[in-house]
Amino acid sequence: MKKILKYVFYDIIRNKIVVAYTLFLLMLSIGLFNFGGNPDKAILSLLNLVLLTVPLISIVFATTHFYNSYEFMELLVAQPINRKKIFLSEYLGVACSLSGAFILGVGVPVVLFGASLTGLYLLVTGVFITFIFVAMAFLASVITRDKAKGIGIALLLWFYFALIYDGIVLFILYSFSDYPLENTTLALTALNPIDLGRIIVLLNLDVSALMGYTGALYKSILGSLWGIGLAFGLLLVWVLVPYLSSRRIFSKRDL
Amino acid sequence: MSTTLVLLLSASFAFGSTLKVCNTCSYTSVKQAVKMAKAGDTVLIEGGVYQEHGIEINKPLTILGRNNPVIDGNYKGQILTITADNVTVEGLTIKNIATSYTRDDAGIRVVERSNIRILNNTILNTYFGIYLQNSENCVIKGNVVTGKDVTGLNESSLGNAIHLWYCDNAVISNNKVKGHRDGIYLEFVKDSEVKDNLSEHNLRYGLHFMFSDRNVYTHNIFRQNGAGVAVMYTRDIRMEHNTFEGNWGAAAYGLLLKEITNSVIYNNTFRRNTTGIYMESSSRLDIQRNNFDRNGWAIRLLSSCMDDTFKLNNFTGNSFDVSTNGNSTLNHFENNYWDKYSGYDLNKDLVGDVPYRPVSLYSMLVERVPPSVMFMRSFMVDMLDNIEKVLPSFIPENLVDNQPMMRKITYDNDRKLTQVIR
Repeated sequence: MKKILKYVFYDIIRNKIVVAYTLFLLMLSIGLFNFGGNPDKAILSLLNLVLLTVPLISIVFATTHFYNSYEFMELLVAQPINRKKIFLSEYLGVACSLSGAFILGVGVPVVLFGASLTGLYLLVTGVFITFIFVAMAFLASVITRDKAKGIGIALLLWFYFALIYDGIVLFILYSFSDYPLENTTLALTALNPIDLGRIIVLLNLDVSALMGYTGALYKSILGSLWGIGLAFGLLLVWVLVPYLSSRRIFSKRDL
Repeated sequence: MSTTLVLLLSASFAFGSTLKVCNTCSYTSVKQAVKMAKAGDTVLIEGGVYQEHGIEINKPLTILGRNNPVIDGNYKGQILTITADNVTVEGLTIKNIATSYTRDDAGIRVVERSNIRILNNTILNTYFGIYLQNSENCVIKGNVVTGKDVTGLNESSLGNAIHLWYCDNAVISNNKVKGHRDGIYLEFVKDSEVKDNLSEHNLRYGLHFMFSDRNVYTHNIFRQNGAGVAVMYTRDIRMEHNTFEGNWGAAAYGLLLKEITNSVIYNNTFRRNTTGIYMESSSRLDIQRNNFDRNGWAIRLLSSCMDDTFKLNNFTGNSFDVSTNGNSTLNHFENNYWDKYSGYDLNKDLVGDVPYRPVSLYSMLVERVPPSVMFMRSFMVDMLDNIEKVLPSFIPENLVDNQPMMRKITYDNDRKLTQVIR
């Protein structure tokens, strides 16, 4: 398994897209930190970037990578190796290399210019988001053999989580505005990893004062170590659910 | 009035004698000296620490501190109680008064008197600092009232730094107050002047007044108070050149106006407050030439407000410029500078050619459904706001600045500009 992982990892590292991704993140983060002056503000802008581009790039890159290494996987499956191991190595290879790119591109500037607990949360959230969206990409890829369809599903997933979901929730909140919705909002945000990540970071910035009663409720939950653990635990669930279901499909399927 | 003053002054100079208080003088305690003094005398307290409380000044005296005398109440009760007209208290340090829920003990209390002058005193660690009840024509000037660190304390366990109740024609100036419940508290105080004060780090409000008509507030700084400044049920106020900053918290306001009418708010600075101005049932206010910088909400204008005018204000770096909770818009915006304005100015008269709508769709949504604030900074929200900006359909149509300024207005040297606009 180690060998496969190593192979996948090197394959991706040699790929120029990951290098370009790293450089892109690096330039943007350094630019934001130097431009804004205030590290809090830079982290806020970085948050927007992390929550929009990181899922998109993760999901598109992972899907194309999965389809491109289909032949390699077929070759491995012919060997006496457990399919689960092949799948795990593929997954870890992609997720780790993308997370590595993220940590290099965003983590280094954050540590240099704005090292704080919030910065750390931003990094952890970014890494989780990468893992989550790579898992979703794999799910999209195992559902269909057709590459175009797979990428289509992946993009739809991104579109859903990054945009449509918030719209739906806002619509629900608006329609039921006569009811107390604080707990509902809390539950609804937990159902979207992007929202969850955004709120974890936002609550640690001073804009959280604008969030009034709902913000206070969130803060009382997420402010404690237990609450933060719970939030990251939820993100972990968001990694595991798509990963395990896609692995199930992959190990049972006729390739 | 002036003749009485002259008479008084000449009187005290003519036959007022001076009673000295110090450790080696004939009077070693303030109480003793006050007791022996005759009306119009001066009690001169030399440097040193006097462990005293319950000093009642019941005749017109001048209590003067020299070389920083300290009167330490040792938490036993009120220190100075003034029950005579024409008393001056100057240059003392008064400290240590315990919390007293039934008596409201104060460092200096004035009971139903007039022409009291409280000047340049330092008041430390008291329940109420300076407490005036039913007293007219008083001057509170240059005092420093410092309480304690209020973090985590309960509102009811603290008194106010400067507290006036039924006092007309008061002048409160150049005081520095902090570490109390309210910095300056006025109730039923009319025709008074509050200027050049600094009120910071108070648990509740930096300035709090109710039923206090025709007062003037100028050049004060209200900074980092728990809930900012709250003023209620009052009319004919002038607030000019004040600074409201750093009132940042879930329930903090730069300036909270409730049922304030016929007042003017000119040339103030609102910086980094959760809400710059919160207005409820406040009508006929004239709000001009103010700076709103980096607030959460610059203005929250509830629809119970009418006939308010917002003119020549600068709005920079606020999360929300204006938010409102209804569609009725009976207020008037004109010639403000909005940093979010993206219009153009073809005829170069420095006034934008396209109207600006300061209320964003999202701010309306938040006002209506508070939990939706958790979607701040979400892309969907930014997108909705931008679409709404291009094709307004939900935001109040008449809440609009038809002549937004193209450049930030500087108030010192823009005489020409204002002339052009007029």
